[in-house]
Amino acid sequence: MPAFLVIAEKRMKKKVAIIGSGNIGTDLMIKIMRTSDKLEMGCFVGIDPESDGLARAKRMGVDTCSTGIDGLLKMPIWNDIEVVFDATSAKAHLYNFGKIKAFTKKKMVDLTPAAIGPYVVPAISFDEDLRKKIGIELDLKNTSNVNMVTCGGQATIPIVAAVSRITKVHYGEIVASIASKSAGPGTRANIDEFTETTSEAIEKVGGATKGKAIIILNPAEPPLVMRDTVFTLSEQADREAIRQSIHDVVAEVQKYVPGYTLHQEVQFDDISDDNPVFIEGVGYKSGLKTTVLLQVIGAGHYLPEYAGNLDIMTSAALAVGEKLVG
Amino acid sequence: MSERKIYIQDVTLRDGMHAIRHQYDKKQLKDLAISLDRAGVDAIEISHGDGLNGGSFNYGFGAHTDWDWLEGVSEQLNHSVLTTLLLPGIGTIKDLKRAHDLGVKSVRIATHCTEADVSKQHIEAAKDLGMDVGGFLMMAHMNEPTKLAEQAKLMESYGADCVYVTDSAGALMMDGVADRIKAFKDVLNSDTEIGIHCHHNLSLGVANTIVAMQHGATRLDASLAGMGAGAGNCPLEVLVAVLNKMGIEHNSNLDQLMNLADDVIRPLQERPVRVDRETLSLGYAGVYSSFLLHSERAAQKYGLKTFEILQELGNRKMVGGQEDMIVDVALDMLKKK
Repeated sequence: MPAFLVIAEKRMKKKVAIIGSGNIGTDLMIKIMRTSDKLEMGCFVGIDPESDGLARAKRMGVDTCSTGIDGLLKMPIWNDIEVVFDATSAKAHLYNFGKIKAFTKKKMVDLTPAAIGPYVVPAISFDEDLRKKIGIELDLKNTSNVNMVTCGGQATIPIVAAVSRITKVHYGEIVASIASKSAGPGTRANIDEFTETTSEAIEKVGGATKGKAIIILNPAEPPLVMRDTVFTLSEQADREAIRQSIHDVVAEVQKYVPGYTLHQEVQFDDISDDNPVFIEGVGYKSGLKTTVLLQVIGAGHYLPEYAGNLDIMTSAALAVGEKLVG
Repeated sequence: MSERKIYIQDVTLRDGMHAIRHQYDKKQLKDLAISLDRAGVDAIEISHGDGLNGGSFNYGFGAHTDWDWLEGVSEQLNHSVLTTLLLPGIGTIKDLKRAHDLGVKSVRIATHCTEADVSKQHIEAAKDLGMDVGGFLMMAHMNEPTKLAEQAKLMESYGADCVYVTDSAGALMMDGVADRIKAFKDVLNSDTEIGIHCHHNLSLGVANTIVAMQHGATRLDASLAGMGAGAGNCPLEVLVAVLNKMGIEHNSNLDQLMNLADDVIRPLQERPVRVDRETLSLGYAGVYSSFLLHSERAAQKYGLKTFEILQELGNRKMVGGQEDMIVDVALDMLKKK
């Protein structure tokens, strides 16, 4: 590409800030720099000057700030920032958004479980037909804060929605297994936030009447690639239609997370009327049980390929950031 | 150090859930809790086999909710402490509070043997509620003694009153138990208790419990007729008989427990809880005991051998809670055929 075009393209990119210099923030920064044609790094913000993430940002030539959101607001670059990604913690996000919400033109993408704004899962939220079928209202243009649910939610809720668009889902359950090495201290100290946020989003975005989420940390060496399993209990429906719907949504997710795959063909079981299951909050239910076994291989940006949980979160956030400015 | 009295915790109504797919009838469970109390057992653990809120496709839905099982039990107990189990990642602090409201006074917070730090918020919350708290380091055979003791120390630092060597796979031998308890003794404060939870997959449930006690464990887990996951737990009536023969002081009544084990519990077992090819495979391959019935079901559905599925789960280093990977393993084995 001729030099003047490179400059022109660079001008067209919108500047973003990332708050939070842990695994997620750092991986997102690397993704933006390596893969985005719409966004570019304006500032990388942490609170620990010694953190590996801030050191990495400096080495990559990114402007940094080690005094959190308060420091960022005093920097000249702040005026040019259009999107702020928050990869801190739920508690810190409340503070950060409090500082930012007066700047009405700036958009905030929340990667913490704080969930002030609506949940967004690109494969569902960007698909108007699918959204309508499940009955989710979302007006991205007029929303200043959106929430990215959880890594496990990003991996599994598209599958719940894929069943929901075919038939009524009474219950959606997900199991996310991640490598111990890919779970940072923030995740570990707040494991309930994962369970609760993901469960709620299975209902609100996946369209299930009742959601349940389970997370498992596996310390095996070499670390195991992220695995996710989705179980739904729905009304009986055409199995081929469900299978096709799931394959379609997997292809949608693959557009922004290339390492996302069905690890096995979709499995079906009948839950017969004379032998129903007893689900807390739902009662006795029969119907169709659908089991979907997924694998998420990471892009290997900040952490190695096993950290699919990191990759799906940051890839989805990047897709949302690009959508918000585009 | 003054000699602490042995504290026996029954797990028939929690680990025993695994043996009958979490299907205890509410009244049956309450009657058993009362009988165990009258037999002098120090603590009775009640919840879904996988802890509070464990009811799921992944682990099996219970016949009742945890709240239905727990309701009205604490009022009936004269001696026994009502306890429950919580696995962070499955149950939450909200569940813990609900159990506490139902009269649960003691809880064990369980994590894989290398992941103690995920228990911090739950142990602290339980202490805030004024509960007695045990830290439960599962699959203890997968971590070497000094490393396991570091994890125990973390749980102690969060506020745990007791930390357990939890041999979920029934894979530890007597030396392995002794080394782990000794490592705990070396690092834990003298007022922190040490507990032992065994599975009988290598027929060492009682022997390992006794070895742990001889090295300083004071809280011993056991269940009637061994009712529990895999080949079951340390059988309570046998343990009590051995303690009697050893002249160890405790509160439990042997005759009552023997009668309960044979007259009430054994008839409930759909699949005998015993050491056989399948349950021996669990201990031999170091696999989470709760995988047993799920693997038997997968083997039946896909025309495979249970012990081969279990061995493959061991090869893949699956940990407690990854029951979803059983079908995955089965489907991979089918592809190879």
